[in-house]
Amino acid sequence: MSTLTDPPNEGFRLSMLINDTRYRSLTFQVIAAIVLALCIWYLGNNLIQNLRAAGLNISYSFLGDSAGYDINQRLVEYDSQSSHARAALVGVLNTLLVAFLACITATVFGVVAGVLRLSNNWLVSKLMAVYVEIFRNIPVLIWIIIIFTIMTAVLPGPREFRGDDPSASMLFDAFAFTNRGIYTPLPWFQNGIFESTAMNWLLILAGFALSWGVVHQINVWASRKQEATGVRPKTLLPVLAAWLVPFLALTMIMGLTWEYPELKGFNFTGGIKVGGPLIALWFALSIYTGAFIAENVRAGIQAVSKGQTEAAAALGLRPRRVMNLVVLPQALRVIIPPLISQFLNITKNSSLAIAVGYADITATLGGITLNQTGRAIECVLLLMLFYLTASLVISMVMNVYNASVKLKER
Amino acid sequence: MSDTHAQTVAFVRETQIPPAPPPASETGVVKWLRENLFSNAANSALTIAALAVIYMVLQNTLPWILNGVWTTSSLAECREILQGKTGACFSVLTERWNQLLYGFKYPSDAYWRPNLALVLLLFAAAPVLFFDLPRKLLIFTAIYPFLAFWLIWGGTLMVPVVALLGFAAAAAVFQTFSKSSFAIAFFGAIAAAFAVWILGGLLIPEGASENAWLAPVPSRDLGGFMLNLMLGVTCVSLSLPLGIALALGRQSDMPLIKWMCVIFIEFVRGVPLITLLFVASVMLAYFFPPESTVDLFLRVVIMITMFSAAYIAEVIRGGLAALPKGQYEAADSLGLDYAQAMRLIILPQALKISIPGIVNVAVGLFKDTTLVSVISMFDLVGMIRGPILASTEWNGVYWELLGFAALLFFVVCYGISQYSQWLERRLATDHR
Repeated sequence: MSTLTDPPNEGFRLSMLINDTRYRSLTFQVIAAIVLALCIWYLGNNLIQNLRAAGLNISYSFLGDSAGYDINQRLVEYDSQSSHARAALVGVLNTLLVAFLACITATVFGVVAGVLRLSNNWLVSKLMAVYVEIFRNIPVLIWIIIIFTIMTAVLPGPREFRGDDPSASMLFDAFAFTNRGIYTPLPWFQNGIFESTAMNWLLILAGFALSWGVVHQINVWASRKQEATGVRPKTLLPVLAAWLVPFLALTMIMGLTWEYPELKGFNFTGGIKVGGPLIALWFALSIYTGAFIAENVRAGIQAVSKGQTEAAAALGLRPRRVMNLVVLPQALRVIIPPLISQFLNITKNSSLAIAVGYADITATLGGITLNQTGRAIECVLLLMLFYLTASLVISMVMNVYNASVKLKER
Repeated sequence: MSDTHAQTVAFVRETQIPPAPPPASETGVVKWLRENLFSNAANSALTIAALAVIYMVLQNTLPWILNGVWTTSSLAECREILQGKTGACFSVLTERWNQLLYGFKYPSDAYWRPNLALVLLLFAAAPVLFFDLPRKLLIFTAIYPFLAFWLIWGGTLMVPVVALLGFAAAAAVFQTFSKSSFAIAFFGAIAAAFAVWILGGLLIPEGASENAWLAPVPSRDLGGFMLNLMLGVTCVSLSLPLGIALALGRQSDMPLIKWMCVIFIEFVRGVPLITLLFVASVMLAYFFPPESTVDLFLRVVIMITMFSAAYIAEVIRGGLAALPKGQYEAADSLGLDYAQAMRLIILPQALKISIPGIVNVAVGLFKDTTLVSVISMFDLVGMIRGPILASTEWNGVYWELLGFAALLFFVVCYGISQYSQWLERRLATDHR
């Protein structure tokens, strides 16, 4: 009977560092750490020497200095006396604004094009294929420039709206498409409950939240009734009323009116002005990313096997309920992860704003501020920090949502 | 009996009637139209809407293209010829053709050099793209980068030759020692390459480029679509090996190496390419030795390569993760070491799975090379927005120029994606 003996207890030899798997990974990591440390030391040393030679230092105090430049497109108070930090904040908000708008419209374009591409209408599906191929294969920068050129070179100037026989006219007397931007009516409250407009809008939003709660309760009640009696009561009228009544009541009380843009002097005044650069960036990003989302949507719908649709039909579900209850929930699981990365792409591509002069964070902090102060390292680092944070937050939020629609497995 | 029957019946057809043709609405074009375009009311409405869209697009573009003027020297002359009719002024393309393709500073008597480099690129890329071709052609592919460098930048032939010799020495050392130990072969190869480069650098005389056969061209003179192509090809080919290394590093058991790769990949993927180009144009110079001057082209290549390497690494990581664990275990049980297992078993399969993703990254990267126009390099978009549209002759010729740029990019990118689909079909070894 043989017994297992321990392997001979050898002493540690130097060759084991490279030949023995127990020590080899340690060796490699030590080498990697040394190389990394050498690289950092070398680059840092160069940086210190270069900065000393140029008489610079790393300091963020320039952020408090007066910026001295104007920004047309802004969501918060800002003038040329404000600080660089304030200019950066304006830029951050502008980036978030265009990214948010483009995410919504790109999803709409993408879903419509993706669904239509699967249509059994030959012409429509081919047309959508052409849309997807054309927009995917041409750089987004070219699209931004093309749409910006339409905005500035093709649309009429405000002066063409003047005179008895103007060559351009407003749409419905409410929308003016000019080469300085698009003017739309501005809703405002004659006798708002609060002083500030923002609070009044929050009130309207609260009204919608209330409606949503009531509608939810109605649906719960209807489901309970259906389970008890087998017949689902008709809920269309109460649901409509729940949505409309609070909104209409609030707007009636606060006196919602529209301020129309008017041609005064050389330009339009009143209403909301949406600048050409914002429109160009928004539209180009949505239509470009929409083509990618269309492909994701198509792949998602095709990933649901035909058996699922047939099984649902065999259970007696109507086509609309087959779509809502069987196909879409499964397709969404495939569509959501690539959709998240498309949203991230939109946020990152919005930095191309600098090409058309939209004042996003890249154009303010990474453009004018950088050139004025010469603080290249600080500005670029702050810029990267912002985009990294934005990317991480978006992917975190979307991952939470993704986890909630994921297949619940054992 | 049959006779009586024959007499009582007036007529009996003895041959079969040929089958009647199906109703007109159930054959050919009409049937196809009914099934595919007008199957129900909603579908018919969609069809009519689509036709309207197509008609509107054609109505606006066709006369513009067909009336195009090709042979004038300024926009004003175009307008004179057209006399108020709609029509394109394509003469900007013919007149500024060289600027669009090569930029405005590349010496015009040297245009044959990038042209030749492009033609040779097709030959160099062919054995990589189509593997039915004889494998010996790969030798030319290996020489091509040095040849192309010499053709485009000019100067003395010594520089690319020394660089090539360094790589050749590294390959020879690696071949010799790879049987005994991968690590020794690897580090030995690096040492051999550096030895050759340092020795060669000493041998090249000062000012050898001044009176070389091909006049030297500084990188800041490169421009036009040539710059886009050069950036795209260089960065994609450099980022592939880097991306593979990063993907393997991210899968590694060694925590330090793994975290270095993870931080690098996530950092680069989290920021837009523009910020990395800003780093290249205003910040990277601070990290080089004080007296050195690394030109902008090289700095941009470094940053774009890092950018696409991070994306390619993620694609390849997906391919590695998609392999069944049995493949790794099988390689181990055959007694292969890490380098052999990766080279012979894991990577061939993982790379095959990742081909569509890699091509997507390559196409995206090629489109992103237009961003260098933001940091004032005169690529195709930079040329259009800068020197050409700002000139007095062509101020206002937007659509012809932007359409041309869009068409060039579309042709290249669509071609690459068609190639990738062909390759996927070609490599599909599973019989599903």
